[in-house]
Amino acid sequence: MILVLLTALPLLGALALLVPAGRFLPGDAAVVRFGAAVSGATLLVAVCTAAVFDYGAGSRTQLGVNRSWASSIGLRFHLGVDGISLPLVVLTALLTFLCFVHLARHAPAGGRTRLLTGLLLVLEVGMLGTFTALDLVLFFVFFEVVLVPMYAVIAIWGGPGRADAARKFILYTLFGSGLLLVGMLLVGVKAGTLDMTVLAARHGAGLSRGVQIGAFLLMGLGFAVKTPMWPLHTWLPDAHTEAPTVGSVLLAGALLKMGTYGIIRVALPSVPHGAAYWAPWLGLFAVIGIVYGALACLAQTDLKRLIAFSSVGHMGFVLLGIATLTPVGVNAALFGNIAHGLITGLLFFVAGSVKERYGTGDLRELGGGLLSSAPRLAGTLTFAAVASLGLPGLAGFWGEMLALLGAYRPHAALPRGTFVAFMAVAGLGAVLTAAYFLRLLSTLTHGTPREPVPVGAARISAVEYAAWAPLVAGTLLVGLWPKTLLDVTTGPVRALLGGG
Amino acid sequence: MIVLAALIVLLPFAAAVAGLLAGPRVTRLLGGAPATAAPEGHTVVTDAEAGADPDAVQEGATPPAAARFGLRNGPALLACVPAGAAFVLAAIVGLTLWRSPHPRSGALTVVDTGAVPIRVAFQVDGLAALLGVLVCAVALAVQLYSVAYMAKDPRYSSYAAFVSLFTAAMLLVVFSRDLLLLYVGWEIMGVCSYFLIGHHWEDRANSRAAVKAFLVTRLGDVGFLIGILVLGVGASTFDIPTLLRRLDVLPHGTLVAAALLLLAGVAGKSAQFPLHTWLPDAMAGPTPISALIHAATMVAAGIYVVARLYPLYLAAPAALAVLGVLAVVSMVGAALAALAQDDLKRVLAYSTISQLAVMAAGLAVGAKSAAIFHLVAHGAFKAVLFLAAGCVIFVTGTNLLAGHGGLRTRMPLTFAAMTVGFAALAGVPPVSGWFSKDAVIEGAQHAATHGGHLPAPGPHDAISGLGEGGAALSPHVKPGPITIVSETWTIPAIPTGIAWLIYLALLLTVALTAAYAMRAWLLTFFGDYRGTGEPREAPRVMSWTIAALAVPAAILGFFGLGADELRPHPVSALLGVALLAAGAAATYLVWKRDPAADPARVLGRVRPVLARAFLVDELYAAAVVRPVRRLAHGVAVVDRQDVDGAVTGTARLTRRLADVVRRPGGGDPQSYLTGVLAGVVVIVAVVVVFL
Repeated sequence: MILVLLTALPLLGALALLVPAGRFLPGDAAVVRFGAAVSGATLLVAVCTAAVFDYGAGSRTQLGVNRSWASSIGLRFHLGVDGISLPLVVLTALLTFLCFVHLARHAPAGGRTRLLTGLLLVLEVGMLGTFTALDLVLFFVFFEVVLVPMYAVIAIWGGPGRADAARKFILYTLFGSGLLLVGMLLVGVKAGTLDMTVLAARHGAGLSRGVQIGAFLLMGLGFAVKTPMWPLHTWLPDAHTEAPTVGSVLLAGALLKMGTYGIIRVALPSVPHGAAYWAPWLGLFAVIGIVYGALACLAQTDLKRLIAFSSVGHMGFVLLGIATLTPVGVNAALFGNIAHGLITGLLFFVAGSVKERYGTGDLRELGGGLLSSAPRLAGTLTFAAVASLGLPGLAGFWGEMLALLGAYRPHAALPRGTFVAFMAVAGLGAVLTAAYFLRLLSTLTHGTPREPVPVGAARISAVEYAAWAPLVAGTLLVGLWPKTLLDVTTGPVRALLGGG
Repeated sequence: MIVLAALIVLLPFAAAVAGLLAGPRVTRLLGGAPATAAPEGHTVVTDAEAGADPDAVQEGATPPAAARFGLRNGPALLACVPAGAAFVLAAIVGLTLWRSPHPRSGALTVVDTGAVPIRVAFQVDGLAALLGVLVCAVALAVQLYSVAYMAKDPRYSSYAAFVSLFTAAMLLVVFSRDLLLLYVGWEIMGVCSYFLIGHHWEDRANSRAAVKAFLVTRLGDVGFLIGILVLGVGASTFDIPTLLRRLDVLPHGTLVAAALLLLAGVAGKSAQFPLHTWLPDAMAGPTPISALIHAATMVAAGIYVVARLYPLYLAAPAALAVLGVLAVVSMVGAALAALAQDDLKRVLAYSTISQLAVMAAGLAVGAKSAAIFHLVAHGAFKAVLFLAAGCVIFVTGTNLLAGHGGLRTRMPLTFAAMTVGFAALAGVPPVSGWFSKDAVIEGAQHAATHGGHLPAPGPHDAISGLGEGGAALSPHVKPGPITIVSETWTIPAIPTGIAWLIYLALLLTVALTAAYAMRAWLLTFFGDYRGTGEPREAPRVMSWTIAALAVPAAILGFFGLGADELRPHPVSALLGVALLAAGAAATYLVWKRDPAADPARVLGRVRPVLARAFLVDELYAAAVVRPVRRLAHGVAVVDRQDVDGAVTGTARLTRRLADVVRRPGGGDPQSYLTGVLAGVVVIVAVVVVFL
């Protein structure tokens, strides 16, 4: 039942905000406090879930809820967590909570805090639901729940180009969702069940090769839009650039993970032959994404847009890991997901702080010398950038390294030479990644500051510290001791791929 | 023992974390005043190192601020105490290994990755213990020296913390038993070098140098990482001793590929051609950092890794041949470039490239112990040279040789230390560098003259010369077609031609090294002082440190007398001394004619080419940097116009289609009625015609 509580808490919180302002929580500060309390309680529930989780049996779905929902068409309200979803659940709850902490002092321009709080809570419902759902249709419902709140967050609190960005975001992802739904229903109808655990246990038995190939293509495209995979990524830079800080953090930190999580959770185990058929293509698009994203970053002049493009590259590593169809590759993908959530979340928080202080995210207007005009801000940016470029000892490295390891020896059914070439190209992509992050640090933090430096640029508010510290600590923890995460995921990943 | 090794690594790491988080706070806690106010508004835009400490330079030899409240300087305590403790522990480990030289190892934990597991494991053998002592000694010296050298720096705290982190990373490389763990230390060193070289980031040039150092080494590191993966997946383990035992399971092609890929990383870190270009620019960092990078960490890591994985290279002689050729190019090229530099630190930088190439050459011809011997000796004398150069720069306020001169009488202690350093660099007997370089030359000579046709393999293996893991590792190497083990030399099966090339290049380098060392020595300490002000000896913390370091730099060579292959041999020793004398004498004679002028003037038209190191930087800029930048802009344009253009184009197309479809429903009753009528007509017509 703890998982029902996990999704019900933010939902009830959002519903409570429907009570007119005059009767309940007058004033924006009270509303944000209420949001922080609700998401804090949700985080507490998520941590409790992690605490009661039996790590010895991480490959079994635990703490499950399985009720009939619409029996006439076989829908069930089926939730559960295993080692694959648990880290993402905790990450999502953490990021949402940190967003509310950040909102307490740094509300985006556009007012209407009550609406924003409610939307973010609904967003949390959708994300947590997606990561815990074990019924295909239920999964899809939660998957779609996030769209409208995020659309509204971008469209109402976004930057100057928000209307176009929000429209592109929702239309593009809806298009992907359409394909996803068709693919899922194809699997559900042909296999005769919508239960994801049953489908995973069958490993594609009972589905013809043609159906599998078709279903993987449809579902894969749907998830690839969300991930995003090159060349389906163009909604992302616009959405990120225009979204307010909290929107960017949640979009990059948790929302994108739904795409790669979906591939691992739904597409890989239920239609393995389809996966094997499309894996080289997936790998190809992944490495193109890595190099393309890095090159695009080298030429960006906007801080947030640069971070957005870096996500394309990082998700490329995640997809490359998945494409190898090996336990180590999928481990890499899950590790990369968490690492990207922590690091890019931090990067967007910092980028938001830069934009708030200097009034622009344009690198040319910002000039340099951030290390002397705002040393701590620049220090945190440096930390996040170095983590993001994959320095060993910080979170970003392990996902990339394991993806390369997987690509060097992919699943036996895949063409090895092709994947070794992917590995080499991805390695070059890692150099380019370092290049653009160092270019960013060099132009932004080094040199002398452009006068006049805004008043109070150097001061970091307590709220900012509170929002950054957990992400910094998490980056260090999983970076220095990757065992924390790998021990949780390795078992279930092996089971998922049909190994021992 | 493993706990000790882990502690040696963790102590500087803890120091780094503490220093980064709470350095200045400790000072306040102890009641001392922070060195300088917060860095806001602090701007220093001057020529590299010289301008880094403008106040200190003007102040001359007065005791700097940090010395004044000595024990109350929080960051300094946080940096020096752990470094000292690590040094003591490393010395204990070294002594223990000296007395009973069998390797010890142990694992803390195993990380299951889903494929090849990663072990957090340490190994202490003779090689690791020796390097451990060297690294800790140099790190301690650098930390102590920096307390005075960086006393005026507002960011001393973060500087000292990064030095600690750097040390910890190098020690992790030294003691690691697992290749991936080694890689972690390897990369962290890269990023520390980025932070430290870019320490004076107010100047864009320093920032560029830092970025360059990180990117060039990272390029090599990608090869290194892939090499590790190739080896690890092939042998199903990243554990170094196990892996070296399983070498014969791997196909020969895989071995060669892995060895070559690893060489990419080695060339990057040890600054060998073609990835050497970052090192001279790295002089942008504060001088103690140059000492740290050049003497004991970073550049030593590459040579160390080849030595650590030596059985792999013996089994893949093609890779050794490649290493030998790269070494020849780096050795001679860098020595020539050093001849024409007008910046004291850049002379030393090119000399580092050249000397590292000597070590690499030693490895290539199978003289592993000699190469390690030279690594240690070089660590000692290069630390002296850089720290002494730091003193010179500290008091004269410039890096340029043109601003030095006549410092012999003004800075007697620095002069003495630096003389020892230059003598060791050039290989003047009986200073350390002479012994170690001679051992390498002897090895090359042996490989050139005996390569390929040696007497029957003997049972005794010379690699155990330094009493370390070589003995434990080498028995697993297949003798015979691949390796020839004689009584004193392990000669890998590299082509005899390459062995000859290496030998001749080594001899040429001896003469060139003597020439440029002589030039720098003369220009710095003799003739008339060409700078401004009245230079006096540097603060005591600095001059004592270099004096203390000069002792091992001078006498270290005698420790080699215990091993047969490290002992000087008459033929090569005489030849070496003759070449040395020729090189030094040539410079001296040119200088004598006009002590005020630079002896490099005789190079004539070649001089600018040498000064710019054969224009390799310009070549890379044209061949790599600019194309990548153009490509990046191309991608950005394509992304906006084509990839995103397709998306927005779809939207536009949809809207246009919608317009077409909408037209019949435009709200005009007349057209509706016309439509209805037309429909009726069509239906009637169909019914009439077909039924």
